[in-house]
Order: sequence, then structure tokens, then C-alpha cells
Amino acid sequence: MLHTTSLVGDAGTLVGQCVARVEDATLLTGNGRYLDDLPQRKDTRHIAFLRADQAHAKIISIDTKDARALPGVVAVLTGDDVAALTRSMTVGVKADVEAWPMARDRVRYVGEPVAMVVAVDRYVAEDAVDLIRVEYETMPAVVDPMAALAPGAEVLHPSLGGNLISERSFRYGDPELAFSEATHRVSISVVYPRNSCTPMECYGVVAEYLPSEDMFDIAANFQGPFSIHTVIARSLGVPGNRLRLRTPPDSGGSFGVKQGVFPYVILAGVAAKVAGCPVKWIEDRLEHLSASVSATNRVTTLSAAVDGTGRIQALDWDQVEDCGAHLRAPEPATLYRMHGNMTGAYAIRNVSIRNRVVLTNKTPTGLNRGFGGPQVYFALERLVHKIALELGIDRLELIRRNLVPTGDFPYRTATGALLDSGDYSKALDTAAHAGKLDKLLAVRDAARAEGRLYGIGYCVAVEPSVSNMGYITTVLTSDQRAKAGPKNGAQAVGTITVDPMGTVTVKTASVPQGQGHRTVLAQVVGDILGLPMGDIRAIVDVDTSRDPWSIAAGNYSSRFAAAVAGAVSLAAQQLRGKLAEMAAQQLGCGPEAITFAGGKVFDRANPAAGIPFGRLAGTSHWAPGTLPEGIGQAISETVFWSPPELTAPNEKDEVNSSLCHGFIFDFCGVEIDRLTGQVRIDRYVSMHDCGRILHPGMVDGQVRGAFLQAVGAALYEEFVYAEDGSFESGTLADYLIPTVMETPDIQILHFETPSPFTPLGAKGVAEGNCMSTPVCIANAVADALSCENITLPITPSKVLAMIGGEERPPSKPIAKPVKAKAKPGERALTGEGEADVSSPREAVWHMLLEAETLAAIIPGAHGVQKLSPDHFTATVTLGVGPVKDKYEADVRLSDIDHLNSVTLTGAVTGRLGAGGGSGVIRLSDLPGGGTRLHYSYVATVGGKVASVGGRLLDGAARVIIGQFFQSLARHAGGGTGRPSFLKRIFLLFRGR
Amino acid sequence: MPVLNATSRHEVTFRVNGTERTVRVENRMLLSDVLRHEIGLTGTHVGCEHGVCGACTVQIDGAPARACLVLAAQAEGMNIRTVEALAAETGRLSVLQQAFRDHHGLQCGFCTSGILMTLDALLAAEPDASEGVIRDALSGNLCRCTGYEPIVRAALAARDTLRKGGN
Amino acid sequence: MKPARFSFVRPQSRQEILDALTEHGSDASVIAGGQTLVPMLNMRLARPKVLIDAARLPDLARIEEEKGELRIGCAVRQAQLEQLPNLVSKQPLLARAIPFIGHVQTRARGTVCGSIAHADPSAELPLCLIALQGKVHLRTRRKARTVRAEDFFLGMMSTGREPDELIEAVSYPTAAPGTGFAFQEIGRRHGDFAIVAVAAVASGDGVSLTVGGVDDVARRFDLGAGRDDGLDDALNDIAWSLNARDDLHASAAYRREITRRLGSHVIHQAKAEAARCQS
Ligand SMILES: Cc1cc2nc3c(=O)[nH]c(=O)nc-3n(C[C@@H](O)[C@H](O)[C@H](O)COP(=O)(O)OP(=O)(O)OC[C@H]3O[C@@H](n4cnc5c(N)ncnc54)[C@H](O)[C@@H]3O)c2cc1C
Ligand code: FES
Ligand code: FES
Repeated sequence: MLHTTSLVGDAGTLVGQCVARVEDATLLTGNGRYLDDLPQRKDTRHIAFLRADQAHAKIISIDTKDARALPGVVAVLTGDDVAALTRSMTVGVKADVEAWPMARDRVRYVGEPVAMVVAVDRYVAEDAVDLIRVEYETMPAVVDPMAALAPGAEVLHPSLGGNLISERSFRYGDPELAFSEATHRVSISVVYPRNSCTPMECYGVVAEYLPSEDMFDIAANFQGPFSIHTVIARSLGVPGNRLRLRTPPDSGGSFGVKQGVFPYVILAGVAAKVAGCPVKWIEDRLEHLSASVSATNRVTTLSAAVDGTGRIQALDWDQVEDCGAHLRAPEPATLYRMHGNMTGAYAIRNVSIRNRVVLTNKTPTGLNRGFGGPQVYFALERLVHKIALELGIDRLELIRRNLVPTGDFPYRTATGALLDSGDYSKALDTAAHAGKLDKLLAVRDAARAEGRLYGIGYCVAVEPSVSNMGYITTVLTSDQRAKAGPKNGAQAVGTITVDPMGTVTVKTASVPQGQGHRTVLAQVVGDILGLPMGDIRAIVDVDTSRDPWSIAAGNYSSRFAAAVAGAVSLAAQQLRGKLAEMAAQQLGCGPEAITFAGGKVFDRANPAAGIPFGRLAGTSHWAPGTLPEGIGQAISETVFWSPPELTAPNEKDEVNSSLCHGFIFDFCGVEIDRLTGQVRIDRYVSMHDCGRILHPGMVDGQVRGAFLQAVGAALYEEFVYAEDGSFESGTLADYLIPTVMETPDIQILHFETPSPFTPLGAKGVAEGNCMSTPVCIANAVADALSCENITLPITPSKVLAMIGGEERPPSKPIAKPVKAKAKPGERALTGEGEADVSSPREAVWHMLLEAETLAAIIPGAHGVQKLSPDHFTATVTLGVGPVKDKYEADVRLSDIDHLNSVTLTGAVTGRLGAGGGSGVIRLSDLPGGGTRLHYSYVATVGGKVASVGGRLLDGAARVIIGQFFQSLARHAGGGTGRPSFLKRIFLLFRGR
Repeated sequence: MPVLNATSRHEVTFRVNGTERTVRVENRMLLSDVLRHEIGLTGTHVGCEHGVCGACTVQIDGAPARACLVLAAQAEGMNIRTVEALAAETGRLSVLQQAFRDHHGLQCGFCTSGILMTLDALLAAEPDASEGVIRDALSGNLCRCTGYEPIVRAALAARDTLRKGGN
Repeated sequence: MKPARFSFVRPQSRQEILDALTEHGSDASVIAGGQTLVPMLNMRLARPKVLIDAARLPDLARIEEEKGELRIGCAVRQAQLEQLPNLVSKQPLLARAIPFIGHVQTRARGTVCGSIAHADPSAELPLCLIALQGKVHLRTRRKARTVRAEDFFLGMMSTGREPDELIEAVSYPTAAPGTGFAFQEIGRRHGDFAIVAVAAVASGDGVSLTVGGVDDVARRFDLGAGRDDGLDDALNDIAWSLNARDDLHASAAYRREITRRLGSHVIHQAKAEAARCQS
């Protein structure tokens, strides 16, 4: 066993210290080398995408002629062009479905790439995108995962025959018996929304193709797992050794999200091949929000069988996972990452699970910090909260009664995880004490006595880290697994090399995105070799053509401290062992007496007569012949390490899905502003057992960072889709990342039980709060409001709806808006109004039916064509304020009731989106002469404007419709140019 | 009256970090792109190009502002300062930068340039800025990694050092 | 996210701005601070053929106090107004509302007149202009006119400005003695556009409430003496008279309810301040 490694070197002064980061000076001076900063070849061309502005539509035609003709454009590719040069991307389940990086016959989510332009620069590339014309045939969108499962639901992928792409049921212990014997059965149904950890830097790819070698050389700010390398190489149709995938030295955050860059790696590769030059794509924020990846949204029903003492005897999970429009590798991993941990921090022996994965017209999902944990704990910890209430047991007491008992570690959970170490009860009690829970309870009582809304929430969670590369195969049956061959383990690799001057370079495939891996590696190796950190240089970006790596390489599942730093420490130990023998030979002592400290290597008994480390370490270069027998070389050591505990799922579907299991206990106090419904986090305490802490400042930073993202998920952030699949959170003004003002300080506590399974005793810590905090806050809000049904994000609007009671009615009846229901999968805007005009009814009527009317009433209408007496087309300019553009309009008249009423049905399509609607115009005589023109309309708007202008869209559409009827009235004999008159009309037209 | 046509490149002259620079660019090029790709000052980052994230914050005529919301054509005559100018000399960090290092005020560093430019301007204008004022200014810069608290601590520490006359 | 091409006019005088506006009319957009227009250009929501820079002439960057008004030229940045000495006493409502506009970094460039021109229903400066019954000064090459705020704002991003007109300045009345002002706003995050923003002005002449963020324009209501009895009814009528909408940030019902609650809040604050000033 390799686990016996000493934790620190002789000096032992670096690990565990809050040393300054070696990364910082570069980053603070603006010298970072992020993807878009790398030097590039002069002939590099730039990519821009045309993306779907509808959620679900058949592509009838794509006209790229004008785009190709634009000066500066090198190539324009459609989905079919890409498909001709690639293969469909691997899908992780057995299902008859293809997954392409660019839409082919239909689009399935807003933002899906439809065409790709390569041009001299990004500006021109976007100009060309504007010139591409796509004709769509809109189909109903499927947005809600439950609706996607309903019979008769529109099907996204006809080859699948439905929207359910995977279903498996699992049974551990005897859940039926436990439920039949239980005193209580408590259930909860929850919906976890869509969100993402959205790094500040978006995706970026630079690709080059070398035709003479048929090889792709691609740099991307990809973060791993490098199992995806295989997916990319297969799709590009090259063997693995002909896909050189590199990552830049610096990356602006990822949190899982940058795994999702891989379809663009494929697309950029194709573009480089076609364009015959290097190409670069830098994703912009609109692309990122609508179309990078999102975490999954999930609908869960969870029931517990509970005995009279509050012990949970069984859990029954029903999870419906929404992976969006395509199942992209490694999905449905979000659903299975927690499979070994479905009982959380509790000792529950009987579990049944039904897992369904559905596809809907939303962005495909992928890695996101927490990865499955937020969804699971939101259900589990809301349920535990509810059980306590129903049984009348103190919530914390109920938690205590169910925790995995102290002394039972390593503990095998019902579903197969091996919880490596911990003392949950003690950690919980320590936190309650150090975090002054009693005070918090008193604060709550005092607040309540004053009539304030104050609540306390708890959450306990097990935080898995170092994923088993085989867990995802739990989605297959054991027969299917047997056929596919075993998948398991979590290879981590570290290389340590000395150069002729005896200085040390450490290399590993960890691809950090801001976590300070280079610092920690210098600490770890510095301790082992007795060197100051400055003498060690760590390289952590990856070049798959040159560096040792495995499919498990990368920066995910919090594997760095536990696995990667461990592998590096083993490599350093190995080198040290050799150097010690060399030193022993020179110093004439036994190798066990050799000490490494202060840059010297010496006999412990005679520190004064040491050899400078550099001199000793250089020996292998300068005088290999002098090395002791059997050493071979002492230049470079590479260690691959994969923990034996990570075995493949067994035939009973038990799986040790992760190597390490941290423990978290969070509690918080929140106050709800009765006036506004705003939730304020008054106090938040987070206790972590993440095993041995290598760098306290960084552990702190990870906890705080995850906490911020979790506060976002709990209170602010959501990818909102309208019923028609329009994406409404397309800007950072709508996808609300907390600022410093929304992020409270927290108290972080630690309890260290080193993992027996990792070389350094460390466990992951970076994802825990993404799992624990949303539900902890939700529990506190539930406590404050005595409310069961909490959905995230907990917005003031939702809170006030819960506490405000019935809205006070108006004193006099208000004309109800015409509640014309849009078709399923559409969102509608309705309104009505009227205007009085001086012309007689007959004149107004005739005017309504004339083609010229349309030309006259729509500002900027030209080329009006009368295709038949009741069918017109035109080009129109529509807009409000500076937001103006040309649209193609198609208008029909129907239900013509002579002199009385007519229905106008219209559709407009343009670069900013599409709108449609119908309006009924009714005429009546005015007593004093003239005509009253009454209209009511139902309109739908979607497309780009919907995703970036959501807040203003309806109002703007109303203005435009208002403009239309306003000019209609003016044309019908309302005077022109008299502001007061116009204004009166306008006010009338403000739909009410 | 000077009318710069849409299709050509035009000369725009401004000062960056104390040096006068002239670039030939289209009217529409964003200042963030001018700085990064025409001049090569890649320390200014781009996170949203719609004014919300603050990653591109530079100082224009002494005040912090979004480089992504300035068009090249507007930049004529501006006095611009970027993160590259903060350290007085290579190898030595400014008080503010050092405070960020000491307090772990950064992780990935992508937001950091913008944050430094906001705080540098603030502490120059208001050496006694309270924590509330500092937080208010920082609210225009999003950070996804740190949870902000270390940034606030770094800012307060820098303020205190600067007040004591450190540099 | 890069703008489409446009020509750019860099005028040397106000006259040149006006000439350019006459020449290009609705093909042109004035660009001031660019804090709204440039995001729209970047997203290609706006594609003006010509941009006319109205924020670089020092002549137009003046704040003048005359005849009980602060006249703010079209090149005046929001930060410049924010830092105007004694703004708190000159016009407390502005002093209280300005910190809610975006962030330090956007106020450094965004102009006062640009915000008025843009007419976002949630924006603070139009709301204050309506609440204080200020004026908008418009000018073309041929004529100048002044429009009352309540006549200027027509709807979502729609104003009475003609395409060839420049907003050369706006005037905010300064605080009359004995007048109380209050401002409150609810947004999702610090610096976000308001979900609901309310301003109350109270003096011996009566009390008014102006509500932004709910309807397509900020709307002002006279409440007479604003007496406590009947206030709830009045606020309820106000809330229902606004054309509130659901969006992803809040429901229409929430907007109405906040109008009632914050409305009452600011009315009391303003009355109390007025009472303090008078005593
Ligand atoms: C992150 C962020 C947050 C924001 N938050 C808020 C907020 O909370 N509240 C708020 O009110 N605003 C907010 N804004 C917008 C505000 O900052 C803008 O400054 C303001 O709306 C427009 O002013 P501007 O000078 O930048 O105008 P520009 O963007 O230059 O122009 C806006 C529009 O007005 C027209 N225009 C400008 N000046 C004139 C003129 N003199 N005559 C005729 N037309 C003119 C332009 O043609 C354009 O159509 C925010 C902006 C950002 C980027
Ligand atoms: S890039 Fe300029 S504010 Fe985000
Ligand atoms: S340090 Fe990564 S976004 Fe701030």
C-alpha cells in the first residue's frame, strides 16, 4: 500500500501554512495568460455563430450566399457541412440518438449553433452572421420535464420515440418492508431549477489543422475530465495521438462549466480544417448564458419510512432529470455522481430509486460545481426538516439520531459508497458550540417576539470528491456493463523532474481554474525535498501530446488535494528516496539517516557536512556513472496513482461513486423583510471536515466561493425559460450573480479527520457549499414562514406571495386583460384599446381592407405586396428607442364581418427575433358622428430580444403594437401632428 | 465637421498609462478590444461586453469606467489607465496589489484587474473611504471565485496602509 | 457581441450636433455616455447608421442653477451631478436617487440627459424629473422648445423627442423651502434596475407620489394633503391604475403590493421631512 507516506518532509514547514500564492504576482499585474491572451499566428481567423432564436423548429433552409460574399469571410459552415466532416458525439447511454455540435435538421434550444462563419476578425464574422437567412418551421416547445414525459408530448428526437432517454430503478436492502413497517411515511416533492456557476471568463478555443499529418492542434480553456478527449478525437475522426489538446496557463474560473467547451473544440477543429488556417473562437456572454452548459433541473419526489423514534428506515427516491436538448458526455452523470450517497450523512439501510432522464428544449447540461449534490440535498434535507416538524422532534435532534454513527468508519452506505472517515456527531456538536447556535436560537426567539420573520435552517451533507470514473456506468444495467467492459478508478499523475542545475519542476495534469494548484504543489514538494517554495516550479496546464495524463485528468470532483497533490507527493517521495541513496553513498551513512532541509541534504548526525540539493540533484545529468547500483536515474519520476477503493459498480448496482467524503454541517439564521419579502442572511456558519488541510487560505477561499454561488442559486440566479422555450436570462442583468452587497460574511469551522485513502489525508472541499447552502437557506426560510413549498430562487416576489395573503382588490372593477390563452408552448401578450376617429364608419372600413393602408400605417413599411385580397406581405421597420430593425411581415385578414369587425393576423420575422399575433378590430358609430375603433390582440414575441431584453420586452412590444394602431387611427381620419390628440390616442392604446 | 465613415479605419489618439498612442481602427471597435488586441495590454479582461461584470474596468480621465462600453471613436483624447500601470516597477507590487496577495483577494484573477482599477481610483479620490463606500464601489465588479470577503479585507488593508503613507 | 458598422460624427460645437441631426435624422443616434446605447450596439439590438457624439463638448457639460432650477447640459455625467457641492440641500431627491443608478463605474460615464432620452420605465432620473415636474429642453437646427416632463415620456423607451432633436439640457427644480422628499427603491441586487421605485414630495401645497418600474413610464399622482385616513385606499387605486406586468424578476401583483407599501413609506417620510423643515 502506498498510503504510508509521511505527510510532510523533514522541514515540514510549508504544508498547512497559509503561504502567499505563487500565481498572484502575475495575475495582479495583468500578466496572466488566459486563452484570449496567448500569442497567435498572424493568419488566425475568427469564428462567430449564428444561433437558433427558437426553441424547437425544423430547419427548412439556410441561405449563406450573402454571408459568403461578404469581403473578409473565409468560410461559412452549416450543421450538414460539419456533419460531413465529423461523427456524431458519443452518448453515454444506450439510445438511438445522435448528438451533433451544430444543429442539422432541426433546432432544439435557443442558442443552438446553426451556422458558423470564419472571417478576418470577430466584427466581420458577426456582420456575416447577420446575412445568413434561415427558414424555420416552428414546432411546439417542450420546456417542463414532467410535460415532456406526458403522452402526446412533442418529441425532440423522433428516433427515440419519446423524450425519456434513460430509465433505471434500483433497490437496496428491503425498502418495501421498511415502508410497510414504518410508523410514519413522510414525503416531499421538490423542483430544483436551472442555474450555473458561470465563470467570469467565457469559453475560448484556438484550433489549427496540420493536413500533412492529419492532426489537430487545439488550445481551449477546457478543464477536463480528459475522457472528453476521446469524444472529441472520435468525432473529428482522428486517433487520439492526432488530437493535441492544450490548455492555457491561466483560466478565468470554471466550476465545471468549461468542460462544456468540447463541442466547440470539435467545431473549431472543423473550421480550421476547412479554412486552412488557425481559427479562434471567443465565446461572448450572451452565448455563454444561453448555450454553454447549465446544471440540470430536476423534479424529485422523496419519501421516508420513519419509525416512532425518528429513525429513518428507508428512502424512496423518484428523480426526473432534465438534461436539455441533447445528452452530452458525460451526462447523465449529474444524476449518478451522488449514487453512492443517496442517504446523505445518515445511516439508512433501505433505499429504492427510480431515475428517469428526459430531454427538453433547453440548453444541454454538463458539469457544474456541486454536480448532482445540490439537487439531491435539496430534496433530502427539505424532507428531514419536514419529518422533524411532522414528528414534533427538534430538527437538530432528528439529524443527530440519523447520522452515521461515530466509530462506524469507513462506512459502507446502502447504495455502495465507502465513507472514508469522519465523526459526524462530534463535528456537529463542535459546530453548534463554536458557531454559537444557542445564541442564534435566542436571536430568533427575540425577533419572533417582536413579530419579525426570522428562521433557522440546518443542513448536513456528505461531500463526495475524487470521482470513480466508473460511476456513470451505473446508468447501464449490469449486463450492458459487462458487455462494455469495466470502468473504474481515478488515475492521477504527478511528475517531478530535476534539471542539470538541480532545480525542480513539477508537472501534473490538474488544469486549475484559479485554485492555486501551483502553490500547493510547491508546498508539498518543498516539504519533501527540504526546499523553499521558490525553488520549485509547478506546471499544471496540459498538453496531451507531451504530458502524462489519463481520462481522469483535469479539474473536477474536487480531486486536486486528495488525488493530484497526493500523486505528486508520491513522485517526490520516490525521487527523494533515490537522492537519499546517492547522498548516503557520498556521505557514508545509511539512506535512512539522510535529511532534506534548508536546500541541503545531510546526515542527520552531521548537519554541518551537507551537500547542496542542487549539486546532488544534478548528478544524474552530469555523472550518471557515479550513481549507486539500481537507481537507474534520478532525473524524473512519474507516478500514476489510482485508489483501489474505486471499483466498478457491482452486479447489485452498488457503487463507490467517490473516493473521499467530506462532512458538512451548516446552519444559518435568515430574516425576511415583511415589507418587501427580501431574504437577508443574518448569520451563516459552515463546518467542514475535509480531511487534512494543505492550505487554510485556499480552503477558506473554496468555501467562500462555493457559498457565493450557492447564495446565488438560493436567492437570485435562474435560467428562466418561457413556455415557448424562449430563454429569458440572457444577460448578466437578468441572470443575477450576487455582488458584494448580496454576499454576507460567514463563519467557517473545521474538523479534521484525515482520509485514510489519500496520500496526504486530504479530501475535497470545493463543492460542498454548493450542495449544502441552497437547502440550508431554504430550510431557514421555511422555518421563518412556516411554509413547506419553497422553490429556488427565493425571490421577494415569491416570498410576498406566501406571506402577503390575498391581494387587496381594486375599489372599482378593472377591465380584465383579455386572457386569451396562448397555445401550449407559447407565451402571449394581450391587450386592448380603442380610439375615436372623425371619419364615418364606412370610410374606415374600406380603408382597413386596402393594401395601401398597411404601407401608410406602419412606419417604414415598404414593398407592400397584395398576394390576394386578404393577404399582404411587406418589409417593415419596427422598434422602440434605438432598438429598431427591419422585419419581414406577413399579414392576413379574416373573419370579415362587413362594416363591423375584422381579424388581422400577422407574423414578423427578423434578426432580432420573431413576433406574431392577431388582433380583432371592431367598429361602431359614435353618437356625434365619427367612428369608434376598438381592438384587442394576442401577440407573441420571441427570439434574441426575448433573451436580452426580457425586462423591457412586453412593454416594448406594447409600444410597437400601440404605434401600429395609433397610425391606423391616424390614417382613418384622426388628425396628424397634433400632439395632444396623438397623445390622447396613445394613452388610450396603453393596453390595460 | 469631422465625420468618420463607417467602413474605413481611422486614427484615434489617446494616452494609455502615460504614453500617447495612436491606433488605426474602425469606429466600432470597443476600447476593450483596442487595448487588448491593438495595443497588446491583455491585463484588461472581458467578461460580458454589456457593462455588468466589471472585468473590463479601466480608469478614464481618473474615474473607473467600463472599457467594453466605450467605442474606439469616442476614445480620442482620453486619458486611460490600465492594470499594467499599477505597479511602480516590474517585480514590485503596489500597496493595493500586495494587499490582495496577502489577503487571498483573488483566485482565478479574471475579475481582479477590474477590481483593482475600481479600488485604485476610489482610494485615490477618497483615502478614508469607509467599508460601506468600498463595498458600494465593488458592487460594480462581479467575482465568481472568492465570495468577496477576502477582497473587502484586502481593500481595507490597502486603505489603512496607504493612509499611513505606505506606497 | 460586436457592434455593426456606423459612421461617427465628432462635432466641434453644439451647432454641428444639430446639423448632423438634421442631416441624418432617424438614421442617426446621439451617443452620450454610451452606458445604454453601447450594450445595445454590442448586442446589435440597435444599428444606427450614424452616431453623433454629444458628450465631448465642455460647453454642454455644465450644471447651471437658475430660477429655482438645476439646468443640466447634455454632456453632464451622472457622477458630476452626484458630486455637485450641496446637492443634498439643492435637490435632496436627486441626491437620494442617484446612488441607485447602476454603479460608480457606469455613473462615471452615463449622462443625465442620456437617461432621460432613453426613458427606461425603471430609471431613476426620469422618475425624479416627473416627480419634481421638471422640463426637457429640446433643440433642432431651426427651433428650440421646452417640454414638461409629464408630456415628454410616452411609453417604454418612447418620448416626444423628434428624430432631429437634441436634448440639450434638462431642468430639475431645486427644493423649495418647507418641502420634504423621499425616495425608495426595490431591485433584485444592488445597482440593478428598479422593480419598483417610488418618490414622494410633500409640502404645504400637498403631497405627490411618483411610481417607476411598474408601468411603461413613471407616473405621478397628486394626493392632495396626503392625509393618513384614506391613504391606503388611494394607494390601492394607484397600484391598480398602473399597468403592472409580470417579468422574470417579479410578478405584477408584487409590483402593485410594493407600490402600496413603499408608497406609504415614502409619503410618511416626505411628510415628516416637510414638517421638520417647516418647524
Ligand atoms: C450595469 C449597468 C447598470 C445600470 N443601472 C441603471 C439603473 O439602475 N438605473 C438607470 O436609470 N440606469 C441604469 N443604467 C443605464 C445608465 O447607466 C445610462 O447611463 C443611461 O440610461 C443612459 O445614459 P447615457 O449617457 O449612457 O446614454 P447613451 O447610452 O449614450 O444613450 C442612451 C439613449 O439616449 C439617446 N440620447 C442620449 N443623449 C441624448 C441627447 N442628449 N439627446 C437625444 N438623445 C440622446 C441615445 O441616442 C440613446 O438612444 C445602467 C447601465 C449599466 C451598464
Ligand atoms: S466586460 Fe465590460 S463590464 Fe463586463
Ligand atoms: S477571482 Fe475569479 S472571478 Fe474573481
